[in-house]
Amino acid sequence: MSLDAKSAPAEVAKKPDLVNLTIDGTSVSVPKGTLIIRAAEMIGTAIPRFCDHPLLDPVGACRQCMVDIPDAGNGRGFPKPQASCTMPVAEGMVVKTQMTSAVADKAQRGMLEFLLINHPLDCPICDKGGECPLQNQSLSNGDGESRFGALKRTFPKPVSISAQILLDRERCVLCARCTRFSEQISGDPFIELVERGALQQVGTYETDPYDSYFSGNVIQICPVGALTSAAYRFQARPFDLVSITTSCEHCASGCELRSDHRHHQIKRRLAGNDPEVNEEWSCDKGRFGFMYGRGNDRITRPLVRRDGVLQPASWPEAIDVAVHGLREAGSRVGVLTGGRLTVENAYAYSRFARGVLGTNNIDHRSRPQSDEEADFIAAHVAGRSLADSVRYADLDAAEHVVLVAFEPEDESPIVFLRLRKAVRNGTLRVTTIAPFASRGSEKLSAELVAVAPGGEAAALSGLELGAGTIILVGERAATQPGLLSAVSAASARSGARLAWIPRRAGEVGAIHAGCMPNLLPGGRPLADAAARVDVASAWGASTLSGQAGLSADEQLRAAASGELLALVVAGVDPADMGHADEALLGLESAGFVVSIEQRESAVTERADVVFPAALMEEQSGHFLNWEQRQRDVAIVVKDTRSPMTDMRILAALADAMGSDLGFRTPAAARADLAELGTWDGHRAASPTVADPGHVVGTADGLVLASWRQLLDASSGNDHELALRATARPAVARVSPATANALGATDVVCVTDGRRRLMLPLLPTRDMVDGVVWVPMNPGIGQGERLASVPGTVVTVDVVPVDEGVAS
Amino acid sequence: MTDLLTPVMSSDWDSDASWKLSRYEEVGGYRAMRKALDMQAGDVMSLVKESGLRGRGGAGFPTGLKWSLVPQDNPNPKYLVVNADESEPGTCKDMPLLMASPHTLVEGIIISSYAIGANTAFIYIRGEVLHIVRRLQQAVEEARAAGYLGANVLGTGFDLNIIVHAGAGAYICGEETALLDSLEGRRGQPRLRPPFPAVAGLYASPTVINNVESIASVPSILDNGIAWFQSMGTEKSKGMTLYSLSGHVKRAGQFEAPLGVTLRQLLELAGGVRNGHQLKFFTPGGSSTPILTGDHLDVPLDYEGMAAAGTMLGTKALQVFDETTSVVRTTLRWVEFYKHESCGKCTPCREGTWWLVQLLMRFEAGTAEPGDVDKLLDICENIGGRSFCALADGAVAAVVSAVKYFREEFEQGYTTPAWELFPYGKSALFATEGDPR
Repeated sequence: MSLDAKSAPAEVAKKPDLVNLTIDGTSVSVPKGTLIIRAAEMIGTAIPRFCDHPLLDPVGACRQCMVDIPDAGNGRGFPKPQASCTMPVAEGMVVKTQMTSAVADKAQRGMLEFLLINHPLDCPICDKGGECPLQNQSLSNGDGESRFGALKRTFPKPVSISAQILLDRERCVLCARCTRFSEQISGDPFIELVERGALQQVGTYETDPYDSYFSGNVIQICPVGALTSAAYRFQARPFDLVSITTSCEHCASGCELRSDHRHHQIKRRLAGNDPEVNEEWSCDKGRFGFMYGRGNDRITRPLVRRDGVLQPASWPEAIDVAVHGLREAGSRVGVLTGGRLTVENAYAYSRFARGVLGTNNIDHRSRPQSDEEADFIAAHVAGRSLADSVRYADLDAAEHVVLVAFEPEDESPIVFLRLRKAVRNGTLRVTTIAPFASRGSEKLSAELVAVAPGGEAAALSGLELGAGTIILVGERAATQPGLLSAVSAASARSGARLAWIPRRAGEVGAIHAGCMPNLLPGGRPLADAAARVDVASAWGASTLSGQAGLSADEQLRAAASGELLALVVAGVDPADMGHADEALLGLESAGFVVSIEQRESAVTERADVVFPAALMEEQSGHFLNWEQRQRDVAIVVKDTRSPMTDMRILAALADAMGSDLGFRTPAAARADLAELGTWDGHRAASPTVADPGHVVGTADGLVLASWRQLLDASSGNDHELALRATARPAVARVSPATANALGATDVVCVTDGRRRLMLPLLPTRDMVDGVVWVPMNPGIGQGERLASVPGTVVTVDVVPVDEGVAS
Repeated sequence: MTDLLTPVMSSDWDSDASWKLSRYEEVGGYRAMRKALDMQAGDVMSLVKESGLRGRGGAGFPTGLKWSLVPQDNPNPKYLVVNADESEPGTCKDMPLLMASPHTLVEGIIISSYAIGANTAFIYIRGEVLHIVRRLQQAVEEARAAGYLGANVLGTGFDLNIIVHAGAGAYICGEETALLDSLEGRRGQPRLRPPFPAVAGLYASPTVINNVESIASVPSILDNGIAWFQSMGTEKSKGMTLYSLSGHVKRAGQFEAPLGVTLRQLLELAGGVRNGHQLKFFTPGGSSTPILTGDHLDVPLDYEGMAAAGTMLGTKALQVFDETTSVVRTTLRWVEFYKHESCGKCTPCREGTWWLVQLLMRFEAGTAEPGDVDKLLDICENIGGRSFCALADGAVAAVVSAVKYFREEFEQGYTTPAWELFPYGKSALFATEGDPR
């Protein structure tokens, strides 16, 4: 081995400057700038604390973490004990914690006594009782009895600071963790400390509740039971709960979650601690959105259509019917898998389609899509691993991030938090190519390149990009022809790194599993004969068809035209498709539809056979997040009545068809896929679709801009009313000039064909003219969901005020 | 005895319309400013440094040294902030000064800003004193009209704006970092240090924060020179200062005298304790300085003398209490003030003052229990030096020093209400019962 003089220094990670100090007689070396409280942790000494939180700026408010410092490193000590959460270490410093200093111990005991004088001591009825830092530290570092015999401060309680979060001001120890979180981390400073002295309290603005996408985190970091959620309040005692570490199924951010259950029921979910991914945070959708399987719409047994009506059936009967229908169709069948599947389940569908049914008509994309996108995915997403992908840590280190057709706060909230962290550190500059600066963009201090949908490609080519740039492109890019080609080209031209961030948790895994018409498992291009041989030999098949598969849109169209005779459909909502009406028509006209679904849906309504599928909490497996990082899903609820997983159903169907899926457990599926490995052959080329230019809004119509907000009518939020109530109110946005052109008005009706959406109008500063933005799935009571994709022209009519009120 | 007085800042307070620019200039006002603007800024700073002027707001930090801590190579603008948020019980020196001679401060600000290189100065004045706020605003306008403020002051190329900012009524905003937060439009709560204001103060820029009297002392130093200034005061406490006598004295008021005079001397000037009464205890510099008693009548009222006596010079607000006064009641009133003014940021101050008030109320009512004096002291020990800023230390100082000198009076609170031991009417300014005058 020879040493390359040029590369050698770069390979050695720069060691941080170490500072040597003594804590309780133990020598310790820690990086420069480390706070004393953190240095003490390194030798196993826990100094009690309330306001201190490693991810928040130090504040020194609670004064609980007092230590004695007989030598500050300069030979002189501090005459009084010091807060260890605000003081960095110094060379030669001598620190005595409560373990060795009577002064520090007394200061800490005194502080706990103070904190309890105005605390209601209602632990037996408090949600936090049993996992409460105030309770725990009172026992570990406090005195058994209080000397306080006077009047406690009281407040009316609880106060709703949002539909979801309740505040008990008596329990609050005013550590300011929640207010610092909301200001520093999420950028939603809608709660702030108000009043003074012992009457100080957390307050909200009179008219604005604490509606933050990240509000649930404040409950988790509250060191007492002052903040509770409407969802979990009085549901359980912490010591009765069983905690399971799992991953969130709601988006591609890939948060680690802690799922707490009791009596076969999840009671709450908390953010897991994964410094590489979500740090200690989660969004409210991930935290509170676990009630969707609790409704009456849950499918618990197979259904078979008899005389036009779906009726409960036995498993053998349902399997017989399904097998009969699928045999009739032969290879004229399509498989739509949706974005909710674990990698293992997706792989089961992939193998079922290709190995059992003998078709390449498989696509997981239940959203607007294009062939260009399929090519882009083959070139830039498929067959990648964590090691060669952009990661969260790269966002921390990036100089410049360009957002293309991507609103991180709505579409991948933990990506948003990471970007905001880097922006706040002053190391990152964000540019967003969007019709207007969203709230998320404002919180990232993002530079707005205002374009109408369709103008992104041209805007991107005008940007100065460098090797320190990362382009984050969202799944919505598929709606604009030429955009993903332009993104590939921009990356190739400038050396900027590139990451595609879809919304759904299962997308990247589905690509890896081969749920794409152009891709076999492991990112293998279908068109490559060697790749097909690879897969065929692994599956023990003689050959695999090389015939190009149909995309999801094409399958639904082919089903409508009779070209396809049957469809196998997993987690798909036709309304999510780019052509919702065509999708519904396809499902209705398809000769035979097998639906494998958790809950009743527009697909099950139109299916001939419905199989009940397990919820995420009832199965194990893993997702791949946008970084291609493996995110393990664990069985949380071990209810023997739980339905089978998608994989078990497919395996049963394969058996009945006289074939073999090859596996029937997640572990076996994972091993099977791992053995197949990732494609190391020739990678597909980037798409090169020319930018057709964009449609211009005219007097007859405005160009539609739209995306799905984090909290909307998504079925993943069903049955969690408090969560839904914190969603941002739906509005239609236009530029001030466009608003003037429409005529001054409060309410507009956005019409696309036969669908109408009536919304309050919000003229938006710096928005591009001739464009109207509406939320993609605003929800019940807001009107219908538009069927158009962004970039098409919709009609916007002024609604006279009286009519608006009446409707 | 009146030859003890050295009226400098207060020399013209009794003249007609003393607050007017015309009158101020008649008696030599703005001469020092012209002199300073003819000098190099660094020389002005050195002069003030050498004079030995120390902060008159309480802590006694050398003013010139404070100025020199401002990094002159910092690219951000530099600010001078004058702390006129005088609101401690007993403290009443800055308000009369601003009432009678606001131009002394304005001139001081011009010189000081020039020295540190600030082009914007703020006066943070407590909002309750509306008449003084107006007088100050008028003085600033007069100075601007005269060309002493604004762009290119007197053709020297030096620009200066003064902004008079009225506070909204919080004692904590006299704490310099809370003052900065308040000035920036935030809630006034003390900031974590470091960074210190000299490096990152107002709007994260280098900032000097001085008391009104410190800045008002500067023109006279420029005008009369270091030797003149140092001819007054003691070895380490140079110059003249305003002593404010209040309480049970015959003639309460402001007495400008060299640092290091004694209360005995000041009492003579004030006509002594009211007739037929004797001094019981006094605060040397406002309610946050530990009290002293008749044994300390001859201790020099300067920084070192007070420190040696276990207290602080503070704001030189000498509140005098005679033997009719209940020290328990007095202490309770002070602690009630601190409880009301505690900003709530840190635990010991917020919760500790809440508790102390309730405990002291029992002493006052005679319902304290044996052992409560020690409990009181122990609570004070858990507060003092544990809190985020010095506000709670002030609350504790009153209690601890009161117990130190009058422990038996607190112990009487186990059995007897304070109002029985010390009928409150007797200590009132206009005594209602058995008035001995």
